[in-house]
Amino acid sequence: MPRVVLAGVAARRFTGGQSEFEVEADTVRRMIVELDRRFPGLGQQIDESMAVAIDGEIFQDAYMAQLNPDSEIVLIPKIGGG
Amino acid sequence: MTYLDKASLKIVGTRPIRPDGVDKVIGRANFGADMVMPGMLWGKVKRSPHAHARIKSIKIDKALALPGVKAVVTAADFPMIPSEEAFVGEGPMNFRDLSYNCMARGKVLYDGHAVAAVAATSPAIAEEATDLIEVEYEVLPHVIDVEDAMKPDAPVLHDDLFTQGVDPKPAKASNIAKRVGFAKGDIAAGWKEAEITIERRYTTQPVHQAYIEPHACVVSAGNDDQCTIWSSSQGQFMVRAYCAKLLGIDIANIRAMPAEIGGGFGGKTLVYLEPVALALSKKAGRPVKIVMSREEVFRGTGPAAGGVIEVKLGAKKDGRIVAAELLVKLQAGAFPGSPVGPACMCGLAMYDIPHVNIVGYDVVSNRPKVAAYRAPGAPNSTFGVESCIDELALELKMEPLRLREINAAKDGTKAAHGPTWANIGFSQTLEAARASGHLSRPLGPNQGRGIATGFWFNIGGESSAAVHINEDGTATVVEGNPDIGGTRASMAMMAAEVLGIAYERVRPVVADTASIGFSFLTGGSRVTFATGMAVTQAAEKVVVELKKRAAMIWDISPDAVEWTDGKAYPAGPNAGSFEPLSLQEIALKSGRTGGPISAEVAINAQGAGPGFATHICDVEVDRETGHVKILRYTAIQDVGRAIHPSYVEGQMQGGVTQGIGWALNEEYVYDKEGRLDNPGFLDYRVPVASDLPMIEAIMVEVPNPRHPFGAKGVGEVPIVPPMAAVANAIADAIGIRMRDLPMSPPKLRAALDGHEPPRLAAE
Repeated sequence: MPRVVLAGVAARRFTGGQSEFEVEADTVRRMIVELDRRFPGLGQQIDESMAVAIDGEIFQDAYMAQLNPDSEIVLIPKIGGG
Repeated sequence: MTYLDKASLKIVGTRPIRPDGVDKVIGRANFGADMVMPGMLWGKVKRSPHAHARIKSIKIDKALALPGVKAVVTAADFPMIPSEEAFVGEGPMNFRDLSYNCMARGKVLYDGHAVAAVAATSPAIAEEATDLIEVEYEVLPHVIDVEDAMKPDAPVLHDDLFTQGVDPKPAKASNIAKRVGFAKGDIAAGWKEAEITIERRYTTQPVHQAYIEPHACVVSAGNDDQCTIWSSSQGQFMVRAYCAKLLGIDIANIRAMPAEIGGGFGGKTLVYLEPVALALSKKAGRPVKIVMSREEVFRGTGPAAGGVIEVKLGAKKDGRIVAAELLVKLQAGAFPGSPVGPACMCGLAMYDIPHVNIVGYDVVSNRPKVAAYRAPGAPNSTFGVESCIDELALELKMEPLRLREINAAKDGTKAAHGPTWANIGFSQTLEAARASGHLSRPLGPNQGRGIATGFWFNIGGESSAAVHINEDGTATVVEGNPDIGGTRASMAMMAAEVLGIAYERVRPVVADTASIGFSFLTGGSRVTFATGMAVTQAAEKVVVELKKRAAMIWDISPDAVEWTDGKAYPAGPNAGSFEPLSLQEIALKSGRTGGPISAEVAINAQGAGPGFATHICDVEVDRETGHVKILRYTAIQDVGRAIHPSYVEGQMQGGVTQGIGWALNEEYVYDKEGRLDNPGFLDYRVPVASDLPMIEAIMVEVPNPRHPFGAKGVGEVPIVPPMAAVANAIADAIGIRMRDLPMSPPKLRAALDGHEPPRLAAE
């Protein structure tokens, strides 16, 4: 089951301070849905302002990105640039 | 399909002339200010002379009565927009704030904030009319400095701004918009483990992107609500979306045409003039053109954030860094949204440190709202960290490069912000620095050498591209991203490589919003990566179609056709014996074989590889004047795969140049009323060619496996190391650590005076 880490402190207000979870999901979209079910509001927070690092590679706005059972998933703030 | 075998590439990796080069050299290229329309009016924006004031009234009667004036707009002409957070453009955005930034409502929040605008039959009349608009202000106390703005008794800009990211939610509004934090390991254990600790404070100044072309646009709004916008920006789709949102217009009713862009660097990822010109055009019923003066660019548009960076490092005596704390307080300008998140994530990203604690604050004050600038936020935190690393090396009596080598992040290192690095080329940049001839060059009196490193994420995102085969066998590549850094050339090169035809036979076009699918703006060094991926895929689809057409002509199966060097060949003896068919021959018969040959691809590109860099800088300090001369500069960077090496080198050299300006001279000077004192290039000193030596660019190529040609973004990270590289070189030259930017001659002189005995009159 993929393990999800909430890297920044900002979104922990939705989780009561918890920062690591195991989530039954094989895509980013399913992970978001599952996290929102457990922590209402977190799904929208991820959708609007967070990127997902899967095994070190950053995905933004990528519902279909695949998660493997042993994937390292880190939620970080979205990235822009200049 | 991937094309990572460099030896097999014929076009990618070469240095052809850019397709838009002649136009730009001879002045034929059309920039934002070049557009003219029949019946066009001239717009002018009236701006606040106060840093912070309540608008009591705005009287426009006298302006409207001036002959030639056709329309005046104020905030009353813009729809009220609820506070709505979204991540669009190049960072977090609140559309209400964007609307208020384009036209002040209720209060002005900085010197230069727009309060009204006029459209008239000539620029002179428009200017005269702005003087006739009477604005009654109630001047309020203001605050410029980031730490002053954080004080409990500071003048508060927004009475509905409550600090996010703290628990419990504050009961009182403040200028601290957000607190962010990242942690790794056990910081208390890290400090116990450390044998030596060092704690320092550094400051950076907000600096402008200093693009040569001021903001400019022409907008024509018809009675049927359909609008056309010509403007210079980093994204025509961004202009369309923001104008639609701010004016309450359906996106389909706006067509945004991209002009050539004379520099952006992140500063043109927002709108300032377009919504105002659109409101004026709707009101006047005629096209409206607005061009900012340089003074308006400085007073009214967003600089990069500046701030305060506090760094604490703990290390073992052998140089292993075991603990790090980073505190970043960043200026957001008048509205929330500084790049404090990336600043926090980037500062320590180059190193493998087991115990880390990072905290950042996003702080508003009475300055223009910040905008993106190459690698937003990273230069600030990295100036602090990379200066402090050098100070630690001094304490450890260790070569600064060696200290970085010992602690460098590698594949498998867990970054302080969470992810585990994969496929990064940081160590390779350190190795290239070690191997470069730069380190062995002798230094003279008052000369010093500094090293610094840096990191930036790079991004992908949504891109559309089309490849059309023309009747004569040439190809047109259509993309939706303004060409800032030579991306027309890189798009044409990738398409030519896949099609197997000469680069000169591919013509790239940057299309308007009605002529190509949505493309996220040009920024974050994403275009060669993401749009290049779309172009490559479109070209591959065209090749599939070309093989089908050849198969039809030969009356064989498409599977029995191979495409090599721009020609179709039978796949083997069993396929039949046919003379090869060139792309040109197939194109000539396209009408008979099924019609035009073209393909459009729309993607959301993921997997932009991270950018790492190591820079070496040599300086000479004039002890008499405090002037710092850059003697040599070498920028080493993991670029993935250089599609057009000259433009990659150009990005590296440009980023370094801007970083040197940030290091040595650039700053906003405010008077005690909060008015900007230096809104022009005479008093805001950017580096010019004569200030700098040739900057040597060394490209390290660690190909990105997620891109068909291995490309990584290259335009962000080059601005990250220079401030610390220069500061470290100055410290090496004169033994004085400069911790506050800019390290300008007056500051150097004052620092030298503090370290030297007073000179005797006889000397």
